[in-house]
Amino acid sequence: MPTTTIDNHEIHVDDEGFMTQYEEWTEDLGEGLAAQIGVEMSDEHWKAIRFLRSDFREHGETATLRRVATVGGIPTKELFALFPKKPAKKMAYIAGLPKPRGCV
Amino acid sequence: MSGTHESVRKNIVILGAGTAGTMIANKLRHRLDRADWQITVVDRDDEHHYQPGYLFVPFGGYSHDQVVRSRHVFLPDGVDFVIGTVDKVEPEENAVVLEGGQRLPYDQLIIATGTTPRPDQTPGMLGPEWRRSIFDFYTLDGAEALAGALKRFEGGRLVVHITEMPIKCPVAPLEFTFLAEAWLRARGLRDRVELVFVTPLDAAFTKPVAAAHLGGMLDERKVHVETDFMVERIDTERKVLVSFDEREVPFDLLVTVPLNMGADFVARSGLGDELNYVSVDKHTQLSTTFDNLFAIGDASDIPASKAGSVAHFSVEIFVDNFLEHIAGRPMPGAFDGHANCFVESGDDKALLIDFNYDTEPLTGRYPLPVVGPMALLKETRANHLGKLAFRWIYWNVLLPGRPIPLPALMSMAGKHLPETEREKQEA
Repeated sequence: MPTTTIDNHEIHVDDEGFMTQYEEWTEDLGEGLAAQIGVEMSDEHWKAIRFLRSDFREHGETATLRRVATVGGIPTKELFALFPKKPAKKMAYIAGLPKPRGCV
Repeated sequence: MSGTHESVRKNIVILGAGTAGTMIANKLRHRLDRADWQITVVDRDDEHHYQPGYLFVPFGGYSHDQVVRSRHVFLPDGVDFVIGTVDKVEPEENAVVLEGGQRLPYDQLIIATGTTPRPDQTPGMLGPEWRRSIFDFYTLDGAEALAGALKRFEGGRLVVHITEMPIKCPVAPLEFTFLAEAWLRARGLRDRVELVFVTPLDAAFTKPVAAAHLGGMLDERKVHVETDFMVERIDTERKVLVSFDEREVPFDLLVTVPLNMGADFVARSGLGDELNYVSVDKHTQLSTTFDNLFAIGDASDIPASKAGSVAHFSVEIFVDNFLEHIAGRPMPGAFDGHANCFVESGDDKALLIDFNYDTEPLTGRYPLPVVGPMALLKETRANHLGKLAFRWIYWNVLLPGRPIPLPALMSMAGKHLPETEREKQEA
């Protein structure tokens, strides 16, 4: 499993750079990951990321946009404004979670 | 004496007489003593649809009668078939309540009510253009109406659209696109039509090897692909799809795959996730909450394709597990998410893909290495004939629960691993 260094933290990632160890993540690291993809974190951004973290801890899956909207209470429109173009992927990347399943 | 016996007879209730429910009813009835177990199957109607056949209906390939049969003729003697709509399940009470109030108590419940297209969930979809310039082909009505529209279509923008994943038969929109392209060519209309494929995914398909291959096939056919498109609404006056990030895709004829959702009673019963899929263990299909409740086929939340082949393979594993479970023993089998799908590509050819939770669709031969006879991820006429032959197998072998000589778990035999994967496995 490859590792990479973000803000002086060494972390385990997959081929596409998504973190693979839930416990290695911290909010500081999240801030650094966000900067890597050009997202500046605000309170609204954190609300979504914290939901993803807690939902993953309970269910073991990265929440889909629909789940963040219906269970997390953040409208899809807002998620596209906060994390432009690819919100599901970007949120997972910042939250240190696996890329959301494509559900083949 | 029979009265005493009745009181100890236990009830298995199966909700849904589709692919999974019908197979399970047949297999369990043959393997459980009638004196010990009563089996009841509930469905809202008596029409069993061969859903893979819908794909060919818009192009005049199959008639109504070739895709519809009575449900009850596929259920064995010794199974009670109840026609009714489920109001809710009361899992704490071990009972199913039907609309109208009839209660069906159970010892074991198997939910196999599938997933359904829900055009009502996207603003504008069910508006004035529904079945005028907006069609679906995941219902028989829709596919039949689309056949009429295609006959009248003289050119313009034909847009094939997926609302949101997961959908049942995730390759069907691609197949529809390939078939439409070939059909337009055959009618001399191809030059007058702009074909567009709109998907919420970041490529033509989810898994890398198949996505590259299928994406290449769309390129060859000059189909424009619009990726990462999450539809917010349809503007029916201007005939455009509008995404959440305000991109627009205009259409003259829209063939959409609406949002797919599990049955509403699942939500009413507190058993579902945000799309009404029942939460189960992905290897055993047992509910994560109740020890006598299973969900199988498209109704469950397992991270596999919502497809008939998954229902079929998972039923094989499920039945052995279920018999152990009701005998109070641990379940020996673990379903691996195995799916096996023919992908029609037009001009009487098809591809075949075979994959599971961990292994993406690869090239190679199936089911036997080298000799096949089916080629994986490659367009051949043999694969197309295999797809057509499957309709007969479905009615005559699969639904009655007769054995099919294909392994339920996926096999790596005959598959070619990409370089990077091979290195990983050898490391």
